Amino acid sequence: MSGKLKIGGVEFSSRLWVGTGKYKDFDETRRAIEASGTDVVTVSVRRVNIIDRKSENLLDFIDPKKYKILPNTAGCYNVEDALRYARLAREAGISDLVKLEVIGDERTLFPDVCGLLKATEILAKEGFIVLPYSNDDPITAQRLVDAGAACVMPLGAPIGSGLGIRNPYNIKIIRELLDVPVVLDAGVGTASDATVAMELGADAVLINTGIAGADDPVKMAAAMKHAVEAGRLAYEAGRIPRKLYATASSPIEGML
Amino acid sequence: MHDKAVFLRGYGFFNFFMRLKVNGDQLETMAETVEGLIGEFKLEPKGVAVEVNMAIVKKADYGSFRLKEGDEVEIVSFVGGG
Repeated sequence: MSGKLKIGGVEFSSRLWVGTGKYKDFDETRRAIEASGTDVVTVSVRRVNIIDRKSENLLDFIDPKKYKILPNTAGCYNVEDALRYARLAREAGISDLVKLEVIGDERTLFPDVCGLLKATEILAKEGFIVLPYSNDDPITAQRLVDAGAACVMPLGAPIGSGLGIRNPYNIKIIRELLDVPVVLDAGVGTASDATVAMELGADAVLINTGIAGADDPVKMAAAMKHAVEAGRLAYEAGRIPRKLYATASSPIEGML
Repeated sequence: MHDKAVFLRGYGFFNFFMRLKVNGDQLETMAETVEGLIGEFKLEPKGVAVEVNMAIVKKADYGSFRLKEGDEVEIVSFVGGG
């Protein structure tokens, strides 16, 4: 998976994807996104405020010509709602990309796997490029691909938890098992988490709270940019095997 | 727009009004089409999606899609999200 990342025929130059929720204001959103060096941002679909039309529009701050807009179906707890939001997103936007979420539970925001599979299948048939937010189970990931997913987006930890990559070996197995890109989504709390995800073989990492919730989101966005690049380079370079005992780095020969 | 509408309503037989439910709120409009309705809200077709009675109206049809009394309309756009 060296070189550029491609999902469903769409090419991505950045392996760090950034969410646009939870920022203080649109200006901070814009500055953080710039600092992250990303070319893809996630958004949600919500009712327009028709009472107060003075409110600013997110897309005035994020140029759709510069960034790929990846709409999500966040907040959907059943297949019907997820389909509805995905279709509205496609009509409002300019592409067939959808980050599909079918949430199973409010407290954990873990995906409803059965619903996710069903919705993936329907939307893929409708021509969507489906990027499903899934749990970190390799078999579920495989089933999603069978259902037509263009990539899988396993969680590192619950959304917004900042717990890092809780199940690193599963992420590694998912990467080795599938032929489609793997985008680690959710759980990244700080730069090292993003690096670990990339070292495990993730093709990209999606971060929202880890950046937006930092004391200095713009600085954290820059940190994440370097972290993702470092992790990717390390993955491509191939790390040394872990060993229990030492091996000297300096030669014995020539010692006095 | 609305001042004019209220004035005309006074004549009774001149009833240009239509009651709609838009984004969950009951309101009255003089707009006859989806294009007219989103224009009343100073919205442009770009960046929004519109549903009438749970069915998406394609952007190309905004001008020709006629609204009728009691229609339930949803107008959505993109907001910040993960």
